Amino acid sequence: MAQRRNPAFLFGYRLYVAAFFLFLAAPLVAAGTFAFNDSLFPALPWQGFTLDWFFNDTEPKLGMFHDRRLLRGLYYSFVIATMVSLLSVFVGTCNAFLFVRVQFPYKNFFYILMVLPLVIPGVILGISILVLASTVANGVEETFNYEIEFLRPGISLVVLGQFSFITTITSLVITARLRKFDETMEEAAFNLGASRARVLRTVTLPFLWPAMFAAGIVAFLVSFENFNTTLFLVGSEAPLTITMFDRMVKVGSTPVLNAVSFFLMVGSAALALLSILVQRDKTAT
Amino acid sequence: MQKDIRRLSFILLFAPFALWILLLIILPHMGMVILSLREKVAPRVYEFSFANYIDFMQEPIYWNTLLRTGSMSLLVTALALLIGFPIAYYIAKIAGKRSKGALFLLCLIPLWVSDLIRAFGWILLLRETGVVSSTLQWSGLASEPVEFLYNDATVVMGLVYTVILFMIVPLVSTMDGMDDAMIEAGYNLGGNGPTVLRRIIIPYAMPGIVSGCIVVFMLTAGSYLTPILLGGKNSSWFTEQIYEQFISRYNWESGAAFGFLLLFFTSFVVWLGLKLSGQTLSSTVAKS
Repeated sequence: MAQRRNPAFLFGYRLYVAAFFLFLAAPLVAAGTFAFNDSLFPALPWQGFTLDWFFNDTEPKLGMFHDRRLLRGLYYSFVIATMVSLLSVFVGTCNAFLFVRVQFPYKNFFYILMVLPLVIPGVILGISILVLASTVANGVEETFNYEIEFLRPGISLVVLGQFSFITTITSLVITARLRKFDETMEEAAFNLGASRARVLRTVTLPFLWPAMFAAGIVAFLVSFENFNTTLFLVGSEAPLTITMFDRMVKVGSTPVLNAVSFFLMVGSAALALLSILVQRDKTAT
Repeated sequence: MQKDIRRLSFILLFAPFALWILLLIILPHMGMVILSLREKVAPRVYEFSFANYIDFMQEPIYWNTLLRTGSMSLLVTALALLIGFPIAYYIAKIAGKRSKGALFLLCLIPLWVSDLIRAFGWILLLRETGVVSSTLQWSGLASEPVEFLYNDATVVMGLVYTVILFMIVPLVSTMDGMDDAMIEAGYNLGGNGPTVLRRIIIPYAMPGIVSGCIVVFMLTAGSYLTPILLGGKNSSWFTEQIYEQFISRYNWESGAAFGFLLLFFTSFVVWLGLKLSGQTLSSTVAKS
């Protein structure tokens, strides 16, 4: 199509693409910029540049690095995201080997089951896990008079909820990489007398490692920004997105939320870039 | 011996998968359905009944919200496809090699930014004291502050914004694999732009289109933040009803029924879409 287009059409097309990227960037720029506005409200007019919303330690302009609640939210998000990525990369790697290497009955059916969590709305994952966990916890409490702490809303339940669908993402990423693996390399290693464990350690896993790392970063980012599933499973230890949402709805926004947004945007961009670099380097060699 | 090892490794690999799917997907959903079929007849006494579903049918606000969520999600999906397709085509086929990577990266970056921050950005732009309103007043196009938030058009726009990248990314990766010669051949055989688009490009991109539409539709119908933040407390979104039943009213039985209805409804739409387009779940979303 490109080859036959007249210049006017192509110009219009380019304009459309440019307008689209402007649309894409607008709210992000808005959310980031007001973090540096020396005003109590994230709105125009521009009152001059300031870093107070990051570093100031007194009210009313309490910066994000001195805001206890926001920092605590950040900490919980970090803990949750780390646990979710470790768990989901582990299960994702097992799934990759299971679906690429092993032949077993009803494989296609199980593969669809594996993909399914990706297309279940997050809210429903959240409530269904909440319902099951509470039922079990209540049952145990009534019969044995013992309280299972980790089945009550809180960090552990949030981890389980996010893990339930993020594992699908890591599985797909790692499976794609394992499919590209040349199995003759393993055979060569066996012929040279290596044991099963040794082949896994020296041949297969090094090949898979960039994908596992990238999948871990993706899992970390998705977990960090998740809201829908987390909303129903959260206890008193609220992660950052929930803390921010509460503040947005109840207290009204001050530029400290912009500061957090800016911080998160820079952080996600850096991590995303890192995952791209790791994957690219290894495929080139 | 060899056979035992193979069996053992199968069990070891299958166990994490089975535990995950069974404990976190299948059992919770069964639990939700069972809970939705219970009716509280007296304190701590429950009976099996369809009361929660009957309540749903008898209260027009409830099913209106579900229908509204569904139809708006379909509208958002259609808009995302219409707006996103030319962008994806541009990235995959028209842009030069270097700008292609850059544009694709530009598309990926907002994907990693939380919905919350994106919606927050739109609030700052569109509210009464926001950037757009201020700019309009400053330039003399409006004499007083204009409120753009809290209407359906803004909610649809915000949702399209949140989900459009999930449309563009699969489209780009599908169309990337298409040989330019196919398009060239279409022209050589006497086709014009629209014919080539209709008979060659769209059929080729179909798996990408279907997979993008499924993900976008599910994300929209299940979204909570964007409708609430951009549409206000009365945005009548179905997930909001679920939240209200669960958290505000503590009526878990009816909340579970609502959740199941949403799941059933969205799955039905996806199933219908797959049947109509002649695709399967494993040929689209599950393709890796």
